[in-house]
Amino acid sequence: MLNEGHEVSCLDEDPEAHARLEIELDRAWEDMGGQFTVGTALEIEALQAAGIERADVFVASTDGDNTNIVIAQIAKRRFNVPTVIARVLDPYRAEWYERQGLHTICPTRVAIDMLENEVRLAAKRAEGVVPQPGGVDAEDMD
Amino acid sequence: MPDRMYIIIVGAGKVGWNLTRELLDKGHEVTLIEDNRERYQTVEQELEHNIHYGDGSELWVLERAGISRADMVIAVTGDDEDNMLICQVAKEKYLVDRIIARVNNPRNREHFELLGIRPLVSATDLILRLIEHEVPEYGLVHLLDLPEQRLEIIEMLLPEDSKAAGQRVGELEMPEGSLLISVLRDGTGFVPNAETVLQPGDEILAVLDPTVEEDLTSYFGPTRRDVGNGARG
Repeated sequence: MLNEGHEVSCLDEDPEAHARLEIELDRAWEDMGGQFTVGTALEIEALQAAGIERADVFVASTDGDNTNIVIAQIAKRRFNVPTVIARVLDPYRAEWYERQGLHTICPTRVAIDMLENEVRLAAKRAEGVVPQPGGVDAEDMD
Repeated sequence: MPDRMYIIIVGAGKVGWNLTRELLDKGHEVTLIEDNRERYQTVEQELEHNIHYGDGSELWVLERAGISRADMVIAVTGDDEDNMLICQVAKEKYLVDRIIARVNNPRNREHFELLGIRPLVSATDLILRLIEHEVPEYGLVHLLDLPEQRLEIIEMLLPEDSKAAGQRVGELEMPEGSLLISVLRDGTGFVPNAETVLQPGDEILAVLDPTVEEDLTSYFGPTRRDVGNGARG
């Protein structure tokens, strides 16, 4: 996102997370225009320090579904951030909150879809509809 | 309160476990949900089928517990985000009539309110309330708060130099939106009439619109506002 010319601010409770941001960067995160704040997302002061009041987009992607759903709603209802996205691993809840108007991304759903596609493709190969990858014939499967 | 309600409680800590026990004793139907295996097994020895194992913030766990027919959902886990979302889905998805949420960290209270979750129970707030009640020098005790209805009932001790001390109730110029409802004097309470004369040391009970609280306390408070601690009582 930084490379595309956007301004990015990260909030994390772990100060070590800053080092992870700089993996494969040839310059410091801040030199590239990034911002980093240590704090938890339920602290209003931390969100403000990270610049939520002037954000165009807010992404909630901590490792907890519940935390993400709560802070995404805070970003939306309290700070009126125009675009808010929450990472929710549980497909059932992701779907319900999406229907309530909260934009969710469900990595589990995405992975299930990809895996299903692969299985369908494999089934078609087994039927000989689609050629085997690497030129292997369907007969060799047995 | 109906004689027999179906109540779902999430979180089998000390609060959840004891609450379940009490409500079962009163004849209600209760399902307790706990996601820590060890804790679940301990409590299950006593409560048997009344406790379910699972993460109460997951919808299917709530559905398995029969949330669609629940009269009340109580979220008392040690995690505020969990409590918020359990109550939010109970209210908005499953249309449960009554919810109660526990607030662990008082700083999260505003988030619960933002999501429209109430009533809230916070141990910190309860203890603060008790301190206010036990230590009258604190000035003002909230006996009842109904923020939605914009009403509250307060109790206040009239200091020695209160402007209102020595005045007849009929002469009082209380702020608009407040009403004196009772006076506690020498251990007994009575409803004052226009002829009642207020005395220092009286505890007054008033019903008021919360927005005039400051006006009211300064009206009944000490004459000089900048008094130090030594001037109290």
